[in-house]
Amino acid sequence: MSSVQEVFAARPGTLNRPRRWSWRRRPRGSELAWAVAFAVPYAWVFVAFVVYPVAYGLWMARDPALYRELLTNPLYARAVVNTALFVGLGVNVKMFLALLLSGFFMRRRWWIKALLPVYMLPWALPAIPAFVSFHWMLIGEQGLVDTFLSTVLGIPGPHWFGDRRLALGANIVAYIWKWMPFWTLTFFAARTAIPQEIYEAAEVDGASGIRRFTHVVLPLLGNLYLVCTLLSTLWTIGDFTTVSLVSEGAPAYSTDVLATLGFQYAFEAAQPSLGVAAVLSALPVLIPLAIVLMRAVQTREVQL
Amino acid sequence: MSTITAEARLASRATSRVGSSVRLRRYLSTIGTVVLSTAIIVWTLVPIYNMVMISLEPEGDVFTDHIFPRVWSIESFWGVLTQGHWYLEHFWHQFANSIYMGAMVTILTLVIGSLTSFSIGRMRIRYGWLVSNAALLTYVIPASFLAIPFYRIMQNYGMANNLWSVIAALVAFATPYAFFVLQEYGRSIPIEVDESARIDGASPGQIYLRIYLPLMAPALVAVGTYAMLLAWNEYLYQFLLLSSKSSMTVPVALAQFLSSDQSPWNFMMATAIIYALPPVAIYYAFRRRMTSGLTMGGVKG
Repeated sequence: MSSVQEVFAARPGTLNRPRRWSWRRRPRGSELAWAVAFAVPYAWVFVAFVVYPVAYGLWMARDPALYRELLTNPLYARAVVNTALFVGLGVNVKMFLALLLSGFFMRRRWWIKALLPVYMLPWALPAIPAFVSFHWMLIGEQGLVDTFLSTVLGIPGPHWFGDRRLALGANIVAYIWKWMPFWTLTFFAARTAIPQEIYEAAEVDGASGIRRFTHVVLPLLGNLYLVCTLLSTLWTIGDFTTVSLVSEGAPAYSTDVLATLGFQYAFEAAQPSLGVAAVLSALPVLIPLAIVLMRAVQTREVQL
Repeated sequence: MSTITAEARLASRATSRVGSSVRLRRYLSTIGTVVLSTAIIVWTLVPIYNMVMISLEPEGDVFTDHIFPRVWSIESFWGVLTQGHWYLEHFWHQFANSIYMGAMVTILTLVIGSLTSFSIGRMRIRYGWLVSNAALLTYVIPASFLAIPFYRIMQNYGMANNLWSVIAALVAFATPYAFFVLQEYGRSIPIEVDESARIDGASPGQIYLRIYLPLMAPALVAVGTYAMLLAWNEYLYQFLLLSSKSSMTVPVALAQFLSSDQSPWNFMMATAIIYALPPVAIYYAFRRRMTSGLTMGGVKG
């Protein structure tokens, strides 16, 4: 660790560069007009397509009776548990594996370099066909997975969508398959930005393998990891596509998450207010996450 | 004399032992790498293989009991390209709609995102921090949670079945991430560059066009690819908002196949594979720049 700090001391410009990245005085006069004009398009988009729908949604779900109805509904309680499992397992397993795999892709072998573009393929593929493909792979005796199990290994495959735990697991696996590459690329890019000298200094100090990971990579990427995990959590709590295409809620709506349940209330049961209430009931979880995210985005200094 | 040779022999034995342990470690690490690479390839390609296999089944029969198709047939791909099935009557129109939508989302996200991050990050407009924090608030309520109110609003506006309703939703959702990447990357460009241009008499508009945009090119590529893939992956909003023949996009058409159990699945998978080609091509075209665009600020972020 000490020589890692020496590297920083020797090269003050590497990471703790003085942050004079903005105009030194606030813009005035015509410059201010330019600056405001540049910010106007986004302000308009934000008000028209974020603030207004949010306010409209809150207004739709303003009746407390809706929440009482939800609390007495066993489907809702199960959807809350499913969402927690789907997000908790899916996001954390995905992010941790992505962090480890980004280190794997840093290795200098030609076939690893060639592997990265193949590995990125799930991200570039559109979600619908990918998830429909998962659905058919696991559809039962005729699916690819069970066919493989019975013809090659000689064991009968399970009914993936007949069992709640297996169906939930299938959703999580499909979700990880689709989104892990994107985060791996993010961490890979961050790792390439770590100056090579730090690794070399750590190696001289005898830190390699796991110790290099815990003492060099984690402190440097820790905040980025936190930001990405929070962002991904917020995105995944609202994930509709995975569950609606992979397990389709089977068996008997027992794997529905909040997003698919809200959709069913709104469009199949024709109770849009109840649907909005079901999804907005996640706000007490979402708001603290967003506050932590904002703070983490503002933490920029590397702490060693 | 003899002691020297004995020492030399000892030393050489020691180095050879060290050498063999290094070689063993390198050997083990190669094996580990090969095993992990194989696992990654299998993990990545099995669902894709399943897609290709289904699309090549001649009778549209997904429910087969074999791992390799017995007969290979490209009939389904031909059927998609010639709009040869009644599910696919308007395939090229839908494809054009998808491309239009993807292009508009990408362009608008880049324009709005770069203008705003220039204003906040470079010109340091007062209350700029408020804008970027407010933008992150977009993610407090996930997009799918807003689908129902959004659907109502668009119906009130008479914007249902209008591609622009989906474009607006996707731009609103993509720009906060664009700010995040652009501002992180922008920190790597010294502000002195902007200041010297100002001293030379450049207006903020000129600085934005001639200095900021060219210097930000890698980050813009990363953001653009992200926005395009977001639009291409999106399903719920398109499914809800676009149902007429003229406004339908490929994901909605694919969802139509799902509404029946007797659909021609080989045609569906062939459509899906053709639909997947543009983003894959774009990703591979830009992937080097994309990594460098995400690189800056990674450690700082």
